[in-house]
Amino acid sequence: MMVLGPIGFAAPWLLVALVALPILWLILRAIPPAPIRQRFPGVALLLGLQDDESVSDRTPWWLLLIRMLAVAVMILGLAGPVLNPEDDGTASDGPLLIAVDGSWAGAARWTRLTEALDAELRRAGANGREVALLDLADPQAPVFRAANTVAATLPGLTPSPWQPAGADALAAILPEGTFETVWFSDALDYPARADLLAAFQTRGPVRVVQSASDIIALTPAAYVDGVVEVTAVRADGGPERGVSILAQGRDPAGNATILATANAVFDTGATTATTSLSLPAELRARVTRFEVANARSAGAVTLVDDSLRRREIALIAGREGREGLELLSPLHYLERALAPNADLLRGALTDVLPANPDVIVLADVATLSDGEGDAILDWVAEGGLLLRFAGPRVAASDISRSTEDPLMPVRLRAGGRSVGGAMSWGSPKTLAPFRENSPFFGLPVPADVAITAQVMAQPDPTLAERVIAELSDGTPLVTRKREGQGQIVLFHVTANAEWSSLPLSGLFVEMLERLAVSATSSSPEAGDLEGTIWTPEVVMDGYGALRDAGAMPGVPGPALVSDPTGPNLLPGVYVSGDLALARNVLTAEATLEPATWPADVPVSGLVAAPERPLGGLLLAAAIALLLADVLASLALSGRLTGRVRATASALIAALLIGGVAAPGAQAQEEPVDEIAAAAEVVLAHVITGDPDVDEVAEAGLRGLSDTLFFRTSVEPAPPFAVDLETDELAFFPILYWPITPDQPRPSQEAYAKLNDYLRSGGLILFDTRDGDVAGFGGSTPNGRKLQDLAAPLDIPALEPVPRDHVLTRTFYLLQEFPGRHLNGEIWVEAAPPGAEQVEGMPFRNLNDGVTPVVIGGNDWASAWAVTSSGQAMLPVGRGFGGERQRELAYRFGVNLVMHVLTGNYKSDQVHVPALLDRLGQ
Amino acid sequence: MITPLALREKAETQAARLPALLARAEQLAGAVLLGEHGRRRAGMGDDFWQYRPAQIGDSRRMIDHRRSAMGDVQFVREREWQIAQSVMLWVDQGAAMRFASSDEVPSKAERARVLGLACAILLIRGGERVGLTGTRLPPRRGNAQILRLAEMFTEDAEHDYEPPEHRAMIPHARAVFVSDFMGNIDDVKTALTKAADRGVRGVLLHVLDPAEEAFPFRGRTIFESVGGTLEHETLKAADLKDRYLERLAARKAELQHLCSVAGWQYGLHHTDTPAQAGLLWLWRALDGGRAGA
Repeated sequence: MMVLGPIGFAAPWLLVALVALPILWLILRAIPPAPIRQRFPGVALLLGLQDDESVSDRTPWWLLLIRMLAVAVMILGLAGPVLNPEDDGTASDGPLLIAVDGSWAGAARWTRLTEALDAELRRAGANGREVALLDLADPQAPVFRAANTVAATLPGLTPSPWQPAGADALAAILPEGTFETVWFSDALDYPARADLLAAFQTRGPVRVVQSASDIIALTPAAYVDGVVEVTAVRADGGPERGVSILAQGRDPAGNATILATANAVFDTGATTATTSLSLPAELRARVTRFEVANARSAGAVTLVDDSLRRREIALIAGREGREGLELLSPLHYLERALAPNADLLRGALTDVLPANPDVIVLADVATLSDGEGDAILDWVAEGGLLLRFAGPRVAASDISRSTEDPLMPVRLRAGGRSVGGAMSWGSPKTLAPFRENSPFFGLPVPADVAITAQVMAQPDPTLAERVIAELSDGTPLVTRKREGQGQIVLFHVTANAEWSSLPLSGLFVEMLERLAVSATSSSPEAGDLEGTIWTPEVVMDGYGALRDAGAMPGVPGPALVSDPTGPNLLPGVYVSGDLALARNVLTAEATLEPATWPADVPVSGLVAAPERPLGGLLLAAAIALLLADVLASLALSGRLTGRVRATASALIAALLIGGVAAPGAQAQEEPVDEIAAAAEVVLAHVITGDPDVDEVAEAGLRGLSDTLFFRTSVEPAPPFAVDLETDELAFFPILYWPITPDQPRPSQEAYAKLNDYLRSGGLILFDTRDGDVAGFGGSTPNGRKLQDLAAPLDIPALEPVPRDHVLTRTFYLLQEFPGRHLNGEIWVEAAPPGAEQVEGMPFRNLNDGVTPVVIGGNDWASAWAVTSSGQAMLPVGRGFGGERQRELAYRFGVNLVMHVLTGNYKSDQVHVPALLDRLGQ
Repeated sequence: MITPLALREKAETQAARLPALLARAEQLAGAVLLGEHGRRRAGMGDDFWQYRPAQIGDSRRMIDHRRSAMGDVQFVREREWQIAQSVMLWVDQGAAMRFASSDEVPSKAERARVLGLACAILLIRGGERVGLTGTRLPPRRGNAQILRLAEMFTEDAEHDYEPPEHRAMIPHARAVFVSDFMGNIDDVKTALTKAADRGVRGVLLHVLDPAEEAFPFRGRTIFESVGGTLEHETLKAADLKDRYLERLAARKAELQHLCSVAGWQYGLHHTDTPAQAGLLWLWRALDGGRAGA
């Protein structure tokens, strides 16, 4: 193969024929055009006339040029030109290992990567090579197979939210023998890369494919000096570039929304860009993650945990007003420990309770009025943390003496005790190591913490489980009781240094953090989390999409902060007790290093444009030129007359019109005719942009409209196609929304409109159209797209349609809801928790309103679709069973529209007997 | 191929648009036969002319008793003396006439035959006797003659250029020659001279195809006659145009000269113009003698 610039020739020797072109030019010029035989009666008058010149009309230069071009193009076409040829100089047919980094860094370019992989596989298949695919981030032992078999597994390849690791383990699973390796790198360096390269190189040549590393990632957000600082990092310092960083969170109604946007600018050559957002505390508390706009990777998302949240802590002490004795103030050490990270509330208990603080600290407060006590108890039951400290007043009072006070975790003995003092035996007690079930487990116990006085807990059956810290002699030091969703914690010592040196030690602060009284502003160190187990709540995939962690196993605290992310440590939000900790792909000081390769490893770009043979195109062009030559020759020799001329001009016109009309095919959609939409009941579908899907949706709604017209008193007008961006939705009782993986995401305004629509009684029927291959969920591209599209929508909790849902009986009695597919279950708004079946009723009274969404994947529109002549457009199932399925699909559609139009009317029918009874029948 | 019936139908259509043509005879003496041309004098004929008192010599059979019964004088009923003109047609049936430059124009032969037959129909309606020059179809009256004419007109001749038939021309009759006159001009000259000698006057209708007037040919061309007997090759047809047109103009001029010498009328008809125009001209040419006489 010869390569000239981006074009290679499979048979370059044919190009020699181009030399013959000038000769051909001369010959063509010399030969006169073939004579026309013309019948002409006037020939009698012509006899004897001589030509002035002996040379005939020369072929005009432009006609010669057309012919030359045609011949030249034909020669070029036959020479086998290939655009973007993959010049694999080693045209070996040995096995080929395709290694893919598969990390989050490649997620943004994953489609291009898949295309490049596909092209590589096709090339290997054309050469008859066996191929194995190795995802370095998620390694499976590679097996050499036929290229097309491997290509079939490509759709299952997804980026992982971590970098490849464990070069030794990877090297161990490499297949035997020698092979060539093509390494699709994500252009980001990671520790195991050099070892992997060495492992591959021992087996054969290595080629690297990677694109420019314009990877941008976010490090965890930090709360510094009253503003939230978000830092974006990039791998190589290129030119100045701005990125916009979105603060994602939930609005007061609980819907996902963008709370704030900030721009970070990378200076030329800089690899980090920091921006700060000054957010009100309320808004800040609702931020769940920051992400780089339009960057689809786990690295470009940083999750936010409690660290951005400033807790409100109410401090209430029993003894106030002793001026000048600050060091003796029961609250002094608490204030010093909490002030950096929390908002402190001071004031009377009745004043601070309405502010609904996160924590109320009662330092040596013994007695509370009944009203105050009840209010605190209610507040605790709703999730508040009541932190109490003992003190002389508590010790002296009768609180929780004979019976356990509701606001005390344990009963107390009278008087307490003091040890190691001047008037007592023994030495001051130290702390015992924390037990495993204690929230303080893992915290180091400093030896110099001494307890000299404390209140004593009465032995009770429940005492053992309530102790979370104890002294070396086994007496409880900190006890805790759960109350409702909140808890009551009692430190059996004072909050100041009177009774113990605990408030003076660092352990005190750490204990407060463990109790979620205060949250650290910086990432916790591994040592701080010693002994804790964190269970993932929400985890991220390689694209940066969040999903519920489900029943994933917990992670030890130190590993959570220090280990790199991997299959066992997904980035996400981890919880332990009341604490939440976000683990992101990048840690706070992380930098991105571009991957550099040794000089002997050939590196090529991620070729977006695959190899493309041009021969056919050129030969077609040659034929077109020859046709033009035919027309031109005819015109020139006077043969292009009458019908020939008409045909030729029609052909040319058709070509021109075809060429002009093709780009203009995407005509603007007409806005919906609002008067027509409002005048009748009209079903509508959302325009997805895929013409086939839109056509089927339109035909489906037409079929459903016809069915409704025939069978029910609903007589809809022909269906409408709705553009979410421009059209008013309020006229349509139901919107059918087929999901395609590549449909555009509606704008913010469109989402606002959709939410209005849903809140005002509209119903959206989401159809992922993949019920044949997938259950409900994010396992298919359509399902993922649905999750992406529906995230900003105001959708209540969902459940699969219960058997007694009103949808099963609004018109027909149905228990399944098939469309073109039969299997998928459909989801509707969940029944309220208290819905019980009443005696004597066949079904529960579930929802009072219409479910705002119905979600399924049965491709209903295809089952409903009819052509303009009323014939079914697409086949459903086989034979009679298929027709039955189509009938059921229509019945589902009828039920759905009836449900939308009549609400719970059918549910109310169960009351008819009771109503009749009351009327005295 | 055109069938006699179709040809007659077309000719009838053309003829129906004109009033009956009464060919005016310039000279009644000689080859006069009974016809419907009133001679404004008593003689043999069908139409009543006048009653005159019977004279000596009138046979008794001639007395008109109905008129005589009204008085004592015996009257003889006289009829107008009527004669019929003889018109002889010659329509070129040569192969050259079967040329049509495009689908949109009829061939010259078709146009010539239609014009000839239409003319014949008009004349026969007017009571004239129409026939062909030569001996094949002498002039006769009646509709049957139209059929016979039509049948004759459907016979194609083999030769490219047919010379005008000038035999057996009835003296002092009228003649109509329709042709493209592309053949030897001497034949035309001979025919016209002979006609003039016999006192036959008539009309020469020159039928040409538009392509023959425009010569829209370019490039290397081999021209061949319709019958295939003549051939002329040229490398640049466009260069021949001027000289061809000169020759064509010369041919027309010569024809006109011949006509004026022989007392004939010369007319040019193109196949892309309506046949009606040609027929109108023919009618005027045949009828125009009356005004001049």
